[in-house]
Amino acid sequence: MTTAHALSAGSGPPGQGDTVIDVRDLRMRYRGQDVLKGVSFSCRRGEVVVLLGPNGAGKTTTIEVLEGFRMRSAGEVTVLGADPARGDERWRARLGIVLQSWRDHGKWRVRELLSHLGSYYAPYSTDLVLRPWDVDELIAAVGLTEHAGKRVATLSGGQRRRLDVAVGIVGRPELLFLDEPTAGLDPEARNEFHGLVRGLADEHTTVLMTTHDLAEAEKLADRILILAGGRIVADGAAAELSRRASAEATVRWTRDGLPFEEATTEPTRFVRRLFEEHGDAIGGLEVRRASLEDTYLSMVRESEAGRGADERVAHAFEKGAS
Amino acid sequence: MSPVWYAAGIGVRRGWTELRQTFTTGQDVFGYVLWTVLLVVPLVLVRDDPLKGADISIGAFMLPSMLGMTLAFTGIMTTAQLLATEREDGTLLRAKAVPHGMVGHLVGKIVMVSGTALVSMALPFATGVFLVDGVARQGGGALLTLVWVLPLGLLATLPMGAVIGSLVDSPRAVGLLMLPVLGLVVISGIYFPLSRLPEWLQTVGQIFPVYWLGLGLRSALLPGEAVAAEIGASWRHWETAAVLGAWTVAGLLLAPSVLRRMARRESGAAMAERQRKAMQRVG
Repeated sequence: MTTAHALSAGSGPPGQGDTVIDVRDLRMRYRGQDVLKGVSFSCRRGEVVVLLGPNGAGKTTTIEVLEGFRMRSAGEVTVLGADPARGDERWRARLGIVLQSWRDHGKWRVRELLSHLGSYYAPYSTDLVLRPWDVDELIAAVGLTEHAGKRVATLSGGQRRRLDVAVGIVGRPELLFLDEPTAGLDPEARNEFHGLVRGLADEHTTVLMTTHDLAEAEKLADRILILAGGRIVADGAAAELSRRASAEATVRWTRDGLPFEEATTEPTRFVRRLFEEHGDAIGGLEVRRASLEDTYLSMVRESEAGRGADERVAHAFEKGAS
Repeated sequence: MSPVWYAAGIGVRRGWTELRQTFTTGQDVFGYVLWTVLLVVPLVLVRDDPLKGADISIGAFMLPSMLGMTLAFTGIMTTAQLLATEREDGTLLRAKAVPHGMVGHLVGKIVMVSGTALVSMALPFATGVFLVDGVARQGGGALLTLVWVLPLGLLATLPMGAVIGSLVDSPRAVGLLMLPVLGLVVISGIYFPLSRLPEWLQTVGQIFPVYWLGLGLRSALLPGEAVAAEIGASWRHWETAAVLGAWTVAGLLLAPSVLRRMARRESGAAMAERQRKAMQRVG
């Protein structure tokens, strides 16, 4: 871990390396409570990383520390080569933040607002990254062309979310933060939003988002982080996490119209035997691997159940060390 | 051009855009008209009653006084109200998320509130000047007084409004301030000369900018003889400049650090919490 970090830091000037976010042992104490108890993870350029976790796990807190909106209690955080607590406006211009609008800028027209907010980014345009995004192109990219002349207050919930995303990416960010971006979107809008995020990632934008929608996480994420009890309890690709949590698959079938179900660690062999024995009598075959949802729920449960024991161990360890 | 000045330029355009928006939004226009009606109605009722001790009508005394009050109200209360609302609805957080967005936001707000104040004064003035005699017949010298009183009035009140807007925790709290403000109007010599009040109340009234803005506008818009109704029978321009100047200095000393502290604390979680509370109140 240390070697890898030293290598990536040595391979180029800060912020030019492959690591866009690096968090080590991030701790957050708030009103006498430990919200984050040592969070560590990193994100590479162009990666879509989804942060999952139950309410109150500290997802928003983590993101706000990375955005530079909140001071941390302890730990090392590097975002685009800088400490967010000391990030200047040049650094800020390289970030995109998708906020959930409520009723702000209600009197502004869509095009007017995007062109206004975009204009702040113009001094930070470079040969490589032309800032801001052309307004009409951006409006088309988020599917708001028909509504460009409407006042923000008259937009529907889904249209507003698209505008939020447009505001987040108007400065052509290298790193985009999205905190529950699809809450309240209908399935169609959600699907379009997923396409938009994938498109950004294809252009090497790094994306860190939180969601409660596990199917969405599975679909979008290159990597999933599960935050529970103030720690990262899992870090990996969706399929990898599912395998790790449970090797068992559920096989369901019907024989002569009667339903059967069996849990097995070797579904392929089980199904072959099933057909050898019963042949054509088998119908409605279904093999179901543990889903991300199963994984997620079991990991969160584990971390919640293990929290007490975990802390006792940590405490004893610290005592022993000192 | 430095990025800060560049953002300030964007802020000026933001202010103009917001002014255009407010004057094309039905609800806002209704507010300006309602304010005009609220000022003009008492004017109509008393317009020709003579003011004791001076050669003008009560209506003539009231019109410029109310314009001064309008300036103070807009500068303090509108600024505070807008800031508190924009903290709650996330406008400020958006400003914080773009480079030098807070600079643009603040400059935009100054342009927007100043423009609103001038229009809120212009409407009752344009109506009132036809209802009462003897207002704004002085010519050039009067205009010269307006040239320094109006900007100084904005400078004295806007930063204080920004401080209040940063300290309160919801726009509703600004509404609660209306009660003490009404009390302040009574002791600021807006609807009758301050010299009618007991001396200690006169002293209290003269601490706040409302009285001095009323006095400044009267000195600009009333005939010279009207000075007889004032404290010490003088327009007291030096004192006006000194008191408004003191409020300006205090505001400009206090506002930047209070605004910075408020901005630093602004986060999505803080905003979500305020919105949750606001929704509870509605639901």
